[in-house]
Amino acid sequence: MSPTKSINQRAWWFVLPVLVSVAFSAVIPLMTVVNYSVQDILGPSQSVFVGWEWYKEVLRDSELHTALYRQLLFSTSVLAIQLPLGVGLALLMPVQGWRASLVLVLLAMPLLVPWNVVGTIWQIFARDDIGLLGHVLTLLGLDYNYSQDPADAWITVLIMDVWHWTPLVALLAYAGLRAIPEAYYQAARIDGASRWAVFRHIQLPKMRGVLTIAVLLRFMDSFMIYTEPFVLTGGGPGTATTFLSQYLTQKAVGQFDLGPAAAFSLIYFLIILLLCFVLYNFIQNAGTQQQRGNRA
Amino acid sequence: MKARASAVRLSLLVAYLLFTLAPIYWMVHMSLRTNEAITGRFAWFPESLSLANYRTIFTDPAWYGGYINSITYVLLNTVLSVGLALPAAYAFSRYSFVGDKHLFFWLLTNRMTPPAVFLLPFFQLYTAVGLMDTHIAVALAHLVFNVPLAVWILEGFMSGVPREIDETAYIDGYSFAHFFVRLFLPLIKAGVGVTAFFCFMFSWVELLLARTLTSVDAKPIAATMTRTVSAAGMDWGTLAAAGVLTIVPGAIVIYFVRHYIAKGFAMGRV
Repeated sequence: MSPTKSINQRAWWFVLPVLVSVAFSAVIPLMTVVNYSVQDILGPSQSVFVGWEWYKEVLRDSELHTALYRQLLFSTSVLAIQLPLGVGLALLMPVQGWRASLVLVLLAMPLLVPWNVVGTIWQIFARDDIGLLGHVLTLLGLDYNYSQDPADAWITVLIMDVWHWTPLVALLAYAGLRAIPEAYYQAARIDGASRWAVFRHIQLPKMRGVLTIAVLLRFMDSFMIYTEPFVLTGGGPGTATTFLSQYLTQKAVGQFDLGPAAAFSLIYFLIILLLCFVLYNFIQNAGTQQQRGNRA
Repeated sequence: MKARASAVRLSLLVAYLLFTLAPIYWMVHMSLRTNEAITGRFAWFPESLSLANYRTIFTDPAWYGGYINSITYVLLNTVLSVGLALPAAYAFSRYSFVGDKHLFFWLLTNRMTPPAVFLLPFFQLYTAVGLMDTHIAVALAHLVFNVPLAVWILEGFMSGVPREIDETAYIDGYSFAHFFVRLFLPLIKAGVGVTAFFCFMFSWVELLLARTLTSVDAKPIAATMTRTVSAAGMDWGTLAAAGVLTIVPGAIVIYFVRHYIAKGFAMGRV
């Protein structure tokens, strides 16, 4: 968003439909959760106001701290692998013709598999006795068993996520690259710019918008990952792949602690919000400095 | 030198595509085998090409009905998401107004709510308004994560179109509606294509909300799949066949929008 936009308060009318539709499905449930988080629910019509009690309990929960560190490590790994890989793929993809269509369709396939099916397929695919991945790894002489070894399980969930979501980054980056007018490349060619200079000063800044979306989406979605590891490993072995969402669900559904679970999910939400805000501002600032640098 | 560089690029791309296709190959592989064969022994290729698992899906209304339900609410959601997001994205990309930056970021925060605990409030809300087990309920619920995404992607594409185009159109005497539909939308076709694909995709693969808000009449295919756990163990073959079939609608959608993604803007031709 640049500062030279004209001020027009009537633009609110354009935004209103979005506000109403999102508010209906998001704000009302959120209010309900806030309501739960300050009460002890004893029965369908019986509850006691407990104030901050659940929040204190959740913040002191040491299992939660472990799950949070595990989650942060996972999301950081996801971003560190998927972002460069996705951008790299977008740069490799054919620009036009039937090859471009074929690559787009093939690449998008993992995105289109329902999340529970992703877990189920990998459950068999990674088995060392009857699955392709496990079988090949065993043939290579590796001692691999994701259902027994915590490290193997963790890496399998990470590779599954890379398989599942790198195409999202690649598709966004690809669309961003295609939006760069040919004139920019011609100018660079006249200047005799190197391949790296073209990437650093033309392609990367022009992809800032789509990459912002890619980073935020991948961060928040990986931070809330639930279905895939739940189906693949059930959070185990032990608690090696029990991420925050699953720990929360165990509390909410398994133990039916609605109050603490609600407090938990609000704290969870605030952590994601804070980290996304930091990431968003970081990317925005990096972009602004880049533009200033170009002008100077 | 140049030929070698492009050979390296091609082999890297092919290597990644093989990684992408390996689990999908395994799914197709499983879908053509019997449960005893799947869990019994390893095989590089299926021993026989049996379509029995697919036959189960196409002849059982509980299975193919799931596809129809999913496609119905996903299409409804995609149209609603893009339709609602277009004017909003235009406002964000062209005007500044009170609270615009906060509102823009707030939209995305609606994607950040962990689904598990929000299921019960959702259930209560949709029961209260009498929408339980309808396609509309799922389509509306999925707006929570699709509308913010659609606004963000479209805003990015719209901001790439120079503002002079709008001003020239107004000076030429075009009405806003005429300008937006006839001149502006064709310029951001790529963005609309990409956005529609993402909305379709995210709504198609979501399970928790869709399963909570439906029971019989609007039950999605992904929820139907969870039925395959029975006393006799998992029905892996049918599950894999259903999985293969879930890729088909999305693959068709991306095939249609591929040109929009591949062409990018038509800015040079304005």
